[in-house]
Amino acid sequence: MGNTTTIFKGIKEFFIEIGDLSYFTARFFKEVLKPPFEFKELLRQCYQMGNRSLVLVTVTGFIIGLVLTLQSRPTLIQFGAVSWMPNMVGISIVREIGPVITALICAGRIASGIGAELGSMRVTEQIDAMEVSGTNPFKYLVITRIMATTLMLPILVVYGDLVALYGSALVENLKGDVSFQLYFNTVFDALSFADLIPATIKSVFFGFTIGLVGCYKGYYCKKGTAGVGVAANTAVVMASLLLFVVDFIAVFISDIFYEL
Amino acid sequence: MNFNMTNPDQIAPSEQASKSGKAVIEIKDLYKSFGDNHVLNGFNMTLLEGENLVVMGKSGSGKSVMIKCLVGLEKPDSGTVKVLGKEINTLDQQTLDELRSDIGFLFQGSALYDSMTVRENLEFPMRRHKEKLGVVTDTEPLVREAMENVGLAHTMDLMPVELSGGMKRRIALARTLILKPKVILYDEPTSGLDPITSKEIIELMRSIQKKYGTSSLIITHDVDCARVISERMILLVDGINYAEGTYSQLSQSADSKVEAFFKK
Ligand SMILES: Nc1ncnc2c1ncn2[C@@H]1O[C@H](COP(=O)(O)OP(=O)(O)OP(=O)(O)O)[C@@H](O)[C@H]1O
Ligand SMILES: [Mg+2]
Repeated sequence: MGNTTTIFKGIKEFFIEIGDLSYFTARFFKEVLKPPFEFKELLRQCYQMGNRSLVLVTVTGFIIGLVLTLQSRPTLIQFGAVSWMPNMVGISIVREIGPVITALICAGRIASGIGAELGSMRVTEQIDAMEVSGTNPFKYLVITRIMATTLMLPILVVYGDLVALYGSALVENLKGDVSFQLYFNTVFDALSFADLIPATIKSVFFGFTIGLVGCYKGYYCKKGTAGVGVAANTAVVMASLLLFVVDFIAVFISDIFYEL
Repeated sequence: MNFNMTNPDQIAPSEQASKSGKAVIEIKDLYKSFGDNHVLNGFNMTLLEGENLVVMGKSGSGKSVMIKCLVGLEKPDSGTVKVLGKEINTLDQQTLDELRSDIGFLFQGSALYDSMTVRENLEFPMRRHKEKLGVVTDTEPLVREAMENVGLAHTMDLMPVELSGGMKRRIALARTLILKPKVILYDEPTSGLDPITSKEIIELMRSIQKKYGTSSLIITHDVDCARVISERMILLVDGINYAEGTYSQLSQSADSKVEAFFKK
């Protein structure tokens, strides 16, 4: 009995959350095109976002490329297909692993950062102060951040892909005597626009999701310092989950296009 | 009863008539609840031009909610809120922003922007109101004037984290003053400060009022602050304006709920 009521309450809260998030998204689209635009703040946010995640993306990208190649080598050798390594690694990184890993890293770093920052601004009434001083806080804080993540994530993904490919090339170079030039030539020959375009579009949506969830959680942060922690924490969880949902939808749609 | 004690539906007309000034803020029958939590249940209040009015109430009695209704940060469930002759809840965004530039708001926790320097904090309110101030490019003299008013001109390039609580409060006050408001709303100007710093803030408030002739609404639960600064007081109890009068009138009251405020 007690269990069913908690389950019902959970389900109800889930749908309320979805409703609130949809409302928040609608508000973003309603206000994003209306002047005044906060270009200076947008640039600052783009810089901050890149700056905060560059090292993490570099390290994870490099290690993923390295590990993926090391792990696949024995199997490919068994089938006598080790010369396919650049094709396999290149395609899997560019189409799936690069965007998803980079986005997850950014969900951990950026979504939580935004959640905590806006959350503490809410709790300490800085958002209220902004509002009474005639600056629309939704425009100044939320729209700039969502735009920044949406613009920056694809760039970070491309950068992460390149670092991962470099890691992979390094293994091939040391273990298989493949020159870097040959490796990258093979990779770029193997990749087509049909791989790059869906991956880039996907990254744009990933970036949007990260910014949206971070801002949503921070902007509606509950009062009290505990609220800030909760905002940061739930922002990461929700953003990561939504990333997979977005990924699934994106793959599903691009699959339909392949069949055409 | 020998002092002015009001019911929610009877706002001391004698008091209003006795003052020559006109009302800058008028709250009538303000109701506001959050779910089952009925915070304001028909609150009435009038702030006259040039007056220092103190609203006192216990923690959680809805003082902050009431003051936020005055600038449109909270929407009342019912009742009217008029500031400088305009009904706040019927205004479009632009008129509301213009009106807000005439109202200074000192937040309970100072609410300085953490990510900006003190100077940027002071410049921030001006980014949308440059026409009002008649400055297009150089805001520096205004910032300097405001900072000198609060005696902290040397902290201009520091970040808020590098300041003490009292300094933050004074800088928040400077930020409030920078748009030259006609009314200033103080939400617990002395909360969280030691008695000496509180005194300094109160002195500052008085000197500002003298210099610019602003009307002030001061919300507090600090009796000393109320005694020094108030010309008239309203006690907010159970969501209504429970009692009204000068400090000496109220402090001699026999009503138990009023007495509770003045007990040491
Ligand atoms: N946004 C909100 N959502 C739900 N309840 C709220 C909200 N804001 C205020 N309340 C409730 O309204 C009541 C009054 O809050 P308010 O902040 O006005 O108190 P206060 O008189 O300013 O107290 P303090 O002296 O501690 O600042 C409290 O019970 C609080 O829980
Ligand atoms: Mg309060």
